[in-house]
Amino acid sequence: MAKHKVTMTINGESVTAEVDSRLLLVHFIRENLDMTGTHIGCDTSSCGACTILIDGKSVKSCTYLTVRADGANITTIEGIAADGTNHPLQKAFHDQHGLHCGFCTPGMIMRSIDMLNTNPNPTEKEIRWGISGNLCRCTGYNNIVKSVQQAAEEMAKEKEATV
Amino acid sequence: MFSCKTSPEVGGMGHSVKRKEDARFLHGKGNYTDDVKLPGMLSMVIVRSPYAYAKIKSINKEKALAIDGVLAVITGEDLAQYNLHWMPTLLSDSQMVLPTDTVMHQSQEVCAVIATDRYIAVDGAEAVEVDYEPMAALVDPFKALDEGAPLLRPDKEGQKDNQIYHWERGEREKTDAAIAAADVVVKERIHLPRIHVASIETCGVVASYDKDTEKMLIYLTSQAPHAIRTILALVAGHVGLSEEKIRIIAPDIGGGFGGKVPVYPGYVIAIAASFLIGKPVKWIEDRSENLVNGFARDYHMDCELAATKEGKIQAFKVSTLADHGYTDSSANPSKYPTGMFSICTGSYDYEHAFAELDAVYTNKAPGGVAYRCSFRVTEAVHAIERMVDKLAAEIGKDPAQLRFENFIKKEDFPYASPLGWSYDSGDYKQTLEKAMDMIGYDDYKKEQAEKRAQGKLMGIGICTFTEVVGAGPSKDFDILGIAMFDSAEIRVHPTGKALARFGTKSQGQGHETTYAQILAEELGIPYTDIEIDEGDTDTAPYGLGTYASRSTPTAGAAAAMAARKLKDKGKKIAAYLLEVSEDDIEWEVGKYFVKGAPEKSKTIQDVAFAAYTNIPPGMEPGFEATHYYDPPNLTFPNGAYICVVEVDEETGAIDVKRFVAIDDCGNIINPMIVEGQVHGGLTQGIAPAMYEGIVYDDEGNVLNGTLMDYLVPTAVESPHWETGHTITPSPHHPLGAKGVAESPTVGAPPAIANAIIDALYPLGIKHLDIPITPDKVWDAIQVAKAKA
Amino acid sequence: MIPANFNYHKATSLKEAIALSQELGEEAKYMSGGHSLLPMMKLRFATPEHIIDISKIEGLSYIKEDGDMLKIGALTTQTEMEHNTLLKENYPIFGDAVWLTADPSVRNCGTIGGNVAHGDAANDQPALMLAMRATIIAEGIDGEKTIPIDEFFHGFYMTALEPSDVLTEIQIPKSTKNSGGAYYKVERKVGDYATAGVAVHVELDEAGVCQEIGIGLTNVSAVPMRLERGEEVLRGKKITDDLIEQIGIIAGEDCEPESDLRGSEAYKRSIVNTITKRMLNKALERARK
Repeated sequence: MAKHKVTMTINGESVTAEVDSRLLLVHFIRENLDMTGTHIGCDTSSCGACTILIDGKSVKSCTYLTVRADGANITTIEGIAADGTNHPLQKAFHDQHGLHCGFCTPGMIMRSIDMLNTNPNPTEKEIRWGISGNLCRCTGYNNIVKSVQQAAEEMAKEKEATV
Repeated sequence: MFSCKTSPEVGGMGHSVKRKEDARFLHGKGNYTDDVKLPGMLSMVIVRSPYAYAKIKSINKEKALAIDGVLAVITGEDLAQYNLHWMPTLLSDSQMVLPTDTVMHQSQEVCAVIATDRYIAVDGAEAVEVDYEPMAALVDPFKALDEGAPLLRPDKEGQKDNQIYHWERGEREKTDAAIAAADVVVKERIHLPRIHVASIETCGVVASYDKDTEKMLIYLTSQAPHAIRTILALVAGHVGLSEEKIRIIAPDIGGGFGGKVPVYPGYVIAIAASFLIGKPVKWIEDRSENLVNGFARDYHMDCELAATKEGKIQAFKVSTLADHGYTDSSANPSKYPTGMFSICTGSYDYEHAFAELDAVYTNKAPGGVAYRCSFRVTEAVHAIERMVDKLAAEIGKDPAQLRFENFIKKEDFPYASPLGWSYDSGDYKQTLEKAMDMIGYDDYKKEQAEKRAQGKLMGIGICTFTEVVGAGPSKDFDILGIAMFDSAEIRVHPTGKALARFGTKSQGQGHETTYAQILAEELGIPYTDIEIDEGDTDTAPYGLGTYASRSTPTAGAAAAMAARKLKDKGKKIAAYLLEVSEDDIEWEVGKYFVKGAPEKSKTIQDVAFAAYTNIPPGMEPGFEATHYYDPPNLTFPNGAYICVVEVDEETGAIDVKRFVAIDDCGNIINPMIVEGQVHGGLTQGIAPAMYEGIVYDDEGNVLNGTLMDYLVPTAVESPHWETGHTITPSPHHPLGAKGVAESPTVGAPPAIANAIIDALYPLGIKHLDIPITPDKVWDAIQVAKAKA
Repeated sequence: MIPANFNYHKATSLKEAIALSQELGEEAKYMSGGHSLLPMMKLRFATPEHIIDISKIEGLSYIKEDGDMLKIGALTTQTEMEHNTLLKENYPIFGDAVWLTADPSVRNCGTIGGNVAHGDAANDQPALMLAMRATIIAEGIDGEKTIPIDEFFHGFYMTALEPSDVLTEIQIPKSTKNSGGAYYKVERKVGDYATAGVAVHVELDEAGVCQEIGIGLTNVSAVPMRLERGEEVLRGKKITDDLIEQIGIIAGEDCEPESDLRGSEAYKRSIVNTITKRMLNKALERARK
């Protein structure tokens, strides 16, 4: 099987690699690039633990071929805030106890980034539907909803401050 | 409500301090088993049986071995050469690691492919050719004891039929007599189906054997690393893997809920593979493997509850058939094969009870694994709480009122239950009253009456449960002989900072924060100055692990007791430093001072420094303590849950309008974390109540073995939980605390079931088994209408 | 779960895609969003030798009204449809359906073309296409094809598309001020395939008489299904509560569900009955606005 040369930007850095056609993007990120914050939970695009951003949109990387990401701009949990700092969602999940075991958390945050980009001021119902492709087995979701609400408020304030 | 003895900076009990462990998870730097990457690491994939019951005629490895990168195909015959093809379960049954001749359930491990990476290993597994001779599977547990049923476990000496054991507790004759004489008897057969915890991280292992040091390093998704090490040593000691040569590290765990207590065959195969090949071997389950390989529940309970016509409960009897699949893989204490099922008499005061249970083998995956409760409290509570509601409906009494009239009274604790438990504390009346106030019970009753008059289906369901957690006192509780104590070891460094290690293992419960808070409470050292370490058998003190809500009752108590040992030593040091008699030293949080002269004092940090630099003559240097805590009793958390639902008669759709949960888990270490545990447990309560359940066909095939069909609730199905507390401290726990995380999973299903059945009651529907799905509701409505 | 080996080919134009398909033959499959095909490949239910990626073809992602038609490019994602102002204002049925399809991350990848071309009666869009009498535009070896929706779905995962055909556009008669549509499906939990779903599109005249009606059903037949008998009853009539009741009964009778994990056959028939009535009412309400 022929290898394919792919070049993509991951968390701001350009990456070039030769990959098999069938290599799933989640494995490329975790095993070839050694960034293990993106997790695998179900293999059937049901759980969302592998959610990343491709060109700003949340995507389940277990159901995405690496070769298709050629030329894409990819963001993972490792790339949403500079070292030693927190994205408002990271801060909010900490403040609101929006995580227990932490396994779903990166996917939940990546999904929430896309959601808040599209809908900066979501209702509780919109948040619940907005994260409906991301399963959490620990938190019962109450505090994840609160985390997203806090982040939405903080991001709105930040936006106001920069305007 | 949460009174605190310490300042927020010290962060002792009662403070909702934010979690210390969060940062790494939030930044994608958690270290889960699948994140472990070792040089030269190989990948393992398991070939599984498509049949529920079949002879293996042959396994042809050739095509797999021909694939570039496939190094080995390991079969049961290979393991049999080392006598590693069978292993014990935690309840002294036996389980195949790999079969030599027969597979006993669909998806059972048949052989394993070892390759240079997981893609090639999957290709190898696809290429293995197995020739099976299928046999008629025994799927229905009610047929397991029939004459002519296939004898599933002829391998077990003396096994003449498919019964695993018979168990009973209580007084059969007196209970039968009380039931026979009672005004009212309600009966029901209640089934709690097989369910799976489906933690978002599946199970896995990285085994790395070093032929030079003869050490086996194992990264494992394990809630109980010490116990597992001991079991491995028992299984594989004869090939050289003795206990001191095995080091298990349970790294970060992506949810456990009891599913990461057992030893799964995949672990042992990977360990054997690394031992034989001499390279690290990784095995990570995929989701389907995870979902179909070990189950909780599967109790069929015939219940009878007897009462006076006024509703005073007199007797309860429950006869259960337990479907354990082909082996009993319960992680129960050895003297308690049915766990704490005898808690089934509930929160009510009456004299007569009898419980019996027959456990049987079928051609299903091993049963008895936990689902946020392994000790059968969920089954017990479901039985009594459904029956109490049924009784209330039968005699036309408000189910809250019926409960008030039957509750064990606050002044009756410690309460000796009819089946032998000594309930430690509780104030059931107060807890239910608080739940009723919070939800507005009386208003909902009025609304329900109005809606019923309009022909609408609305239901209110209550559950007032008593839990039993914190196993357990060593005279009664052991797993494979190992007493169920737990441990804490504290080292306070010269600078007054500390490291504490535990025999438990957090899977998201927040131990790195709450244990530090317990020590902060006891020693006055800020929780931020205390590092918590768990999960490495080479460094942590021996303990039985984290499951069944036992960490706070056992290891939490051990932390307090170890801290108290330190405090005693510190008192001697403080007396020496302050040049007074030890009897003249008093303690307040973080500080020793001279009685009557509080200005003369030494902080705990001063004392720690002195323990290494200025030791009283004759005293052993250092400031460390270890405690192995053997609890005097279990703890009995309790709660009152109320659920309000509306049902669409045309579609059967169920809308959970409100759900209020009031828990009493004694004194609370971190209210934020306890609330989070309750939220999570409630979602794992609505899950089996309305969504989850493994479905088998008549051939023993699992029909819903992916997360596309095994319906784990999302944020949409999960209601907005409303929670609260009453606090009745445990009188015997050093901190007055009880366990909590199981309670909501135990208490929510009956509250939800009771609410739905209450909604349907006007149609003549008196019981439905969980999961209560819209199609089940619709079917029941049609049956009821046809009858009417 | 990992797919078997295959060769990946990226097509940058329709011409290239079709040429690749011709060259590689029947063992080649097109992939757009990949969220139907790739899961099947991971489970090894599908093992194509070649994948032709058509997702990068320019110019196939748009939503516009053009003449009498609403035209949606095949590579338009479900998310783009969800947030599109024209659809929100004039074609709310799309919002109904997209909201209930899979989840937001899957909808970021999933395309309308893929949802229809997969030929799966469990997908949501086929019922909408039937209700709105869509026309499928495809590009093949011999150029452009126009396929009326009633000739499109042939069987279980089978459509009128030849192996080399690429579905390029969906055309739907433009909405009028007296038309309205609605979709709902019963699902076991959010994001699930339908237990049963019903799409209704109705066009009234000024007097409120039904000029055109389309009713499409989801996941209650092997092939996406139109409720023809129900449509015939309503066409040319003023739709009354009694008629709606009658159509519900017809829908329950004419659908072809099977008992499975989602419920019994009887339950599904009843659901179809109920949702058909509810969606008829909702579509009428929208048409009368």
